[in-house]
Formats: sequence, C-alpha cells, structure tokens
Amino acid sequence: MDIIRPGTQIDFMKYRKAAFALSAALIIISIAALFVRGLNYGTDFTGGTEIQVAFSKTVKTDEVRSAIEPIGLASAAIQSIGEDRDNEFLIRTPATGDTVQQIEGALKDTFGEETVDIRRVDVVGAAVSRDLKQKGFLSLFYAGIGLLIYISWRFKISYSVAAILALAHDVIITVGVFSITGREISLPVIAALLTVVGYSLNDTIIVFDRIRENIKKAAGSFDFPSLLDSSISQTLSRTLITSSTTLFVVLALFLFGGSVINNFAFAIMVGLIVGTYSSIFVASPILMLFSRTKK
Amino acid sequence: MDSFKLKGLLILAVLIVGTLFAAPSFFGSKEVPEGWIGPKEKIRLGLDLQGGIHLVLRVVTDKAVESRLNSVASDLKSQMINERIHYSSVSAESPEILQVVLRVPDDYAKLGKLITDSYPYLREANRSTAGGTMTVNYQISADEASTIRTQAVEQALETVRNRIDQFGVSEPSIIPQGNDRIVLQLPGVTDPERAKALLKNTAILEFKLVDEERSVQDALRGDTPSGSYVAYMKDGNQPILLKQRAVMTGDLLDDARVRIQSTYNQPYVEISFSRQGGRIFERVTSENVGKRLAILLDGKVYSAPVIREAIAGGRAIIEGNFTDEEASDLAIILRAGSLPAPVDILEERTVGPSLGQDSIYQGFLSMIIGGLVVVAFMIVYYKFSGLIADLALIANIVLILGALAVLGATLTLPGLGGIVLTIGMAVDANVLVYERIKEELRLGRTAKMAVEAGYKNALPAILDANITTLIAAIVLFQFGTGPVQGFAVTLSIGIVASLFTALVLCRWIQEWLVNYQKIERISI
Repeated sequence: MDIIRPGTQIDFMKYRKAAFALSAALIIISIAALFVRGLNYGTDFTGGTEIQVAFSKTVKTDEVRSAIEPIGLASAAIQSIGEDRDNEFLIRTPATGDTVQQIEGALKDTFGEETVDIRRVDVVGAAVSRDLKQKGFLSLFYAGIGLLIYISWRFKISYSVAAILALAHDVIITVGVFSITGREISLPVIAALLTVVGYSLNDTIIVFDRIRENIKKAAGSFDFPSLLDSSISQTLSRTLITSSTTLFVVLALFLFGGSVINNFAFAIMVGLIVGTYSSIFVASPILMLFSRTKK
Repeated sequence: MDSFKLKGLLILAVLIVGTLFAAPSFFGSKEVPEGWIGPKEKIRLGLDLQGGIHLVLRVVTDKAVESRLNSVASDLKSQMINERIHYSSVSAESPEILQVVLRVPDDYAKLGKLITDSYPYLREANRSTAGGTMTVNYQISADEASTIRTQAVEQALETVRNRIDQFGVSEPSIIPQGNDRIVLQLPGVTDPERAKALLKNTAILEFKLVDEERSVQDALRGDTPSGSYVAYMKDGNQPILLKQRAVMTGDLLDDARVRIQSTYNQPYVEISFSRQGGRIFERVTSENVGKRLAILLDGKVYSAPVIREAIAGGRAIIEGNFTDEEASDLAIILRAGSLPAPVDILEERTVGPSLGQDSIYQGFLSMIIGGLVVVAFMIVYYKFSGLIADLALIANIVLILGALAVLGATLTLPGLGGIVLTIGMAVDANVLVYERIKEELRLGRTAKMAVEAGYKNALPAILDANITTLIAAIVLFQFGTGPVQGFAVTLSIGIVASLFTALVLCRWIQEWLVNYQKIERISI
C-alpha cells in the first residue's frame, strides 16, 4: 500500500511563491495578534493563585463569581473547564497569601461543605514567576542555539540557517495561534513548544538528508530546484505517515487527556501541522533562495 | 555460536531485563506478590499524578544576619560597660549594619580597639558627630555575612527535614535550590494549610518573667518602662507586660510530647529539658517563686502561670486551647528545633488525590486509544512488517517503563504525555526504513539486499532526526521544573528506546527472516 504513488514528482518549488505569501501572512497575523491581544500567560508566569474546583452539584460560572465577590476578588477570572456535567471551574486571581483559604471558605459557605472539592491549587509568588518566565524563554533560545550548532556540524551552514528559519516560522505561528485563541501559556506549553521545535526539525532533517544524498548521487550535474522537488517527493510518504501517526496520538491526548494537559496537546498539535507544512514548503525553498543568491 | 545469534540473545536479554524492571509498576497501588524474584521498585509517580504538595520556601537570610548583629549588640553592651565606654545605644541598623551611638566621642578609640579585638569581621563603614554624640556604623564583612547566610540555609534545611520526618510523610523530597531556597515535594499530603503552618513557625521558645510591678495600661498609653515590653496572649490577644530579657530559651530542650489533661480531655504539650536545661530551669523557678513566668513561642504568649515552687526534674507544660492536631504539630516543631531565620513561601502547588487519579486514567486512556490507532495503521499500511513494528512499539513502552523504574525517575502527567508522543514518533524510524526498503524493492533488489540497504540508507537521517529531538529534550531538562522535567525524561528515554527497538530489534527480526528463513517476498 502506498499513499504517494512511487515515482511521483510534485513540483513543490513552483508553489514556493504562494507558500512564502501564505507563511508571510500567517507570521504577520501572528505578530499582529501578539501586539494587539498579547498572550494569556498562566499563573506560572504571572504569579498569583489558581484554583481548580469541582462541585458535586450543578453550579454555573456566575454563581461561582457571586460566591467569591464578597471577599474582594471581583477581578478573578473564572472559567468552566471540561464538560458541563463536570461542574468544574478554574479560578485565577493575581492575589496570593490567604486567598486560597478565603476562596475555599466562601465556596463552602455558599454551596455547602460537602459539595466543594478543591482539586488543585497553584500559588506562585512574583519571584518564582519571574524566574520561570525567564527560564522558559531562555530554554527556547538555547535549544535554538544548540540545534543550529548540531545541524551546522552535520550539514552546510546554509542548511542550518534554513532549518532554523523554518523552526522560527513554526514557533511564531504556534504562539500566534495561542494569542488568537486566548489559550493559556503555561510551563507545559513551553515544553510543548520545545517538542515542536524537535519534531518539526525532524521532518526538515529527513528532507535535507535526502537532498544531501541526491546531490552526492548526481555527482555535480543537476538542476537544484528539480533535485529539491524529487527529494521532497521521495520523502513525502514518510513525512505524511509519521506526521499522521503522531497527530493521531496527540489528538487522543487532546480529546481524552483531561484539562490539565489540554493546552499542552493543543500546542503540539498546531506545531505538528505547521511543522509538517514548513518542512515541505518553507525549509527547502529557503535553501533554494540561498543557492540562488550564491550564484 | 555466530555473532548473529549472539546479538539475538543480547536483544532478548535487554527485553527480559526491561520487562522485569517494568513489571512491578503494573501492580499499581497493590503490593507486589510474595515470591516475585525480580526487582520490586515501582515507578515513582509525580505529585500531579498521586496528589500532594510542592512548596518552594525562601529562607529570609537577612534576618539571620540581623539576629547575629543583635546578639553582637547585646554582648557589646556589657563589654562597653566593663571598658567604661559611654554609649547611648547599640543596635542593628539594617541587616548588615551595626550602629553604636557614643555619648562621649573621645571613647571612639577605645571602641575601635574593642571591635577589632572581639569582632574582627566588623568594619567601620562611616561615622558622624552631632550634638556631642558620635554615631559609628559598622558593616559586617561580606565573607562573614555569606557564611551566616549559608549556615542559616543549611540549618533551615535540617530543621525542615526533621519536621517533615516527624510529621510522617512517605518519600518526601527536600532539596536546596539556588542560594536561599528549599524545594519540598510532599506526596500524599493534601492539607496545605497544616503543612505550611508546620514549616513556617520559626519555633523559638522563650521563657520571660511578667513585669508585675508596673501596669500594662500605662505601657499601652506609651509609657513603657525600660527593660519591659508589651506582648500579646495567643488566645484572646490580651496585652501583657513582659521583661525583655528571656530567662531561658528552647535551646536546651530535649523532648516534647502531647499529653491529655484528663479532666477536660484537653491536649497540652509537655516539654523536657536537657540536664543542663533542667538545672537552669530549677534555678530560675526557685529564684522567682510567686512571680508569673510567661511561655512564648515565636513572640506570642501561650500561657503565663504563677511559679508556686521551684520546679525540679526539668519538665514544663505548654497549654493553649489546642486541638489534637495543633498540639501534635507543636510538639513536632519543638522536637525538630527552631528555624534560624523565618521562611517565606514562594510557590505552592497542591494536587488533590481525585485529580491525580483522573489524570492517570485520562493519560492511559489517551495512550491506549492513540496506541491502538497507530498499531492498526501500521498493520494496514505495512502488513507483516507493520506487525513487527508494532511488536517493537510494545517493547518500546515496556523498556521506557523499565528505564523509569531503574533510574528512579518520576513519572509526571506531562511525562505520561511524553510517552504518548513517543508512541506516535517511535514508528518514525520504522517508517523511514520501510520506505527505503520499498524503494529498493522497486529497483528490483532481492529481499535480502533491500533489507540491508534499507537499514543502511535510512540510518543517518534517523540519527540526525532523533539527536535533534534529544537536544531539545536536554535543554528542557536543564531549564524545566518538576512536571516539565518529567516530560523531558520520558521523551529522552523514549528516543533512546525507540532507536533500540527500531534499529536493533526490528532489524534483527527482519534479517533473521530474510537470511535464516529465506523469505523471498517481504510483506511490506
């Protein structure tokens, strides 16, 4: 069985202008979203208190809000999570200190001692959140440097620059999607971004490896664009199969993994799709641009 | 035996060892049955999966330096009286500055000599003369200050360990982080308020005489007699006038136990002093019969009973309307010793047991669903070769679990996510190889040649692709905390395990099929 008929050669390079236009548009939208909407940083990065609470009877978001209003937490963000029947909520406030006891007390007073189940509490002080934020972004930066060095060692420098540009493309768009959807950036999401970095590079490297091999085989006489096309075509079924199997499991994680890991799975899912696209339509065309400017 | 068979045996050995190490974890919370000969270590679950508390404490080391300066100040006062140096005040001005105000500026030279002789780590920072008095500021040397800070953190770590041990948490993790932080992981503890109270009390126990000659009302109006101050009772907050000097402190404490007062069923804490402490206590009580002695913990007065007679035997009791829990926690912190400096709580994460259970269930559910889809896909697409890849996938998961158990790594929720991802990615190496084999077969190569060339040609790409992911995982481990590190660990182990299963195990099986079973058509 084959999803791509053997010997198929798709002229990917023909679409490079359209692909560049699409990528440029996505990147501009992402950056614009970052400026206009910003990112919804989670408690890990803003500091404050986050409480996940479940009720054993039907409770509406507004009821939760009015229950905690008297303790002066009107600014608290209250979000219903999971299915409606779970009656589960996330309460977030920048306040720290006795906030947890106050909220727990207020909820138990309003809804009854036995119906309230405090499932998770995160209280992060300002010093720690500053640290975590710094470390989170530094880690993306250092991963980039480490990968740049490794790829430069294994391939030519132009390959590694093309790969890193494609990578930056993937990360910017994934973060942009988080900005647009208003999903929360937490520590696991940063971990997911780093995983996206690793996986999307996987795809790119497989293609580059084939380019390197085909150049060696061609022994000097070849047309670079069509060599790129055939290299991408030859690896296309692998790219699609691996991306799909990984997408299956991430989708399972996204659908069934529960609220705690939902944003993590979402980030990997988006990154995987963008990364697959970029390894076909972005990384190799950039390589072609480089080879042209050299001539 | 040829090298091929030997290789097969080695692979088998790795798989058996992996299975033996992974096996105990499959019993979940149940005991590993008697008679099991393999290792008994189960995979440690992270707090996000089994429930518990994660705390980051900061030792306020400034306070430790300041309290050293305060004790220097009180020693210095008596030395200055002996040396006839006329001072009006000595105090810690800021955490690192000791300020001496001289009534007679001419005493400056004598003071300078006294400081150099007795406190070589104090350096004069500046001095000024105004209205006939001279103010001299001494700065504690950076070396000494940093020694005090380090010691304070070490001692705090020790005290925190003692308290947690006595509180009875199974497998706690208490490690220092950075200069002044302590990270605690307390699995199974789900009452954060109680845990925090247990840790935050500096537990400085003091005995002070009540100043009964002067009225507390006068003191509250602002007319505090020298040598005394107003403190407050723990219950009810009434003011009480105490002598500043502590006649005794908790340093000489030997033990603290909860006792129950039989008439009211009211718990109290009985403390016993060391032999030296007992003698001092006897002397203090015999000198002050008829007076009231206040017992203070962290500055709050717990009780202030009248001393009826000299107390021999080195025992005292602390009452204070405790609940059973409060009394038992108080006894714990008294036994565990005091903190050298107060601690702040910088970070607190609590996961209730119900959420942990749900997370495990949901994690495994998505693992099974995702896994089944991948397994089915591989068989449909690659037929018999797909089945081999599926076997490798199962071996892969077993090896990951075994490695987690052997390394004593902690399985967190993102870590579980990492295993799920590995399932999706692990087949990648197989896919790369199989696509190569197909290419070779299309070129008309024999099964044997196709398998050989397939593995050989796919190797560089597989290595490069996996090493880059490994680099990302290592960076993640360096910068991440708790759950995220768990993810980095499973991701890394998953990569290594999948390289083994795809490049060694699958390759061996397929070489065996084409070389030994003389299979001529590969089902792929």
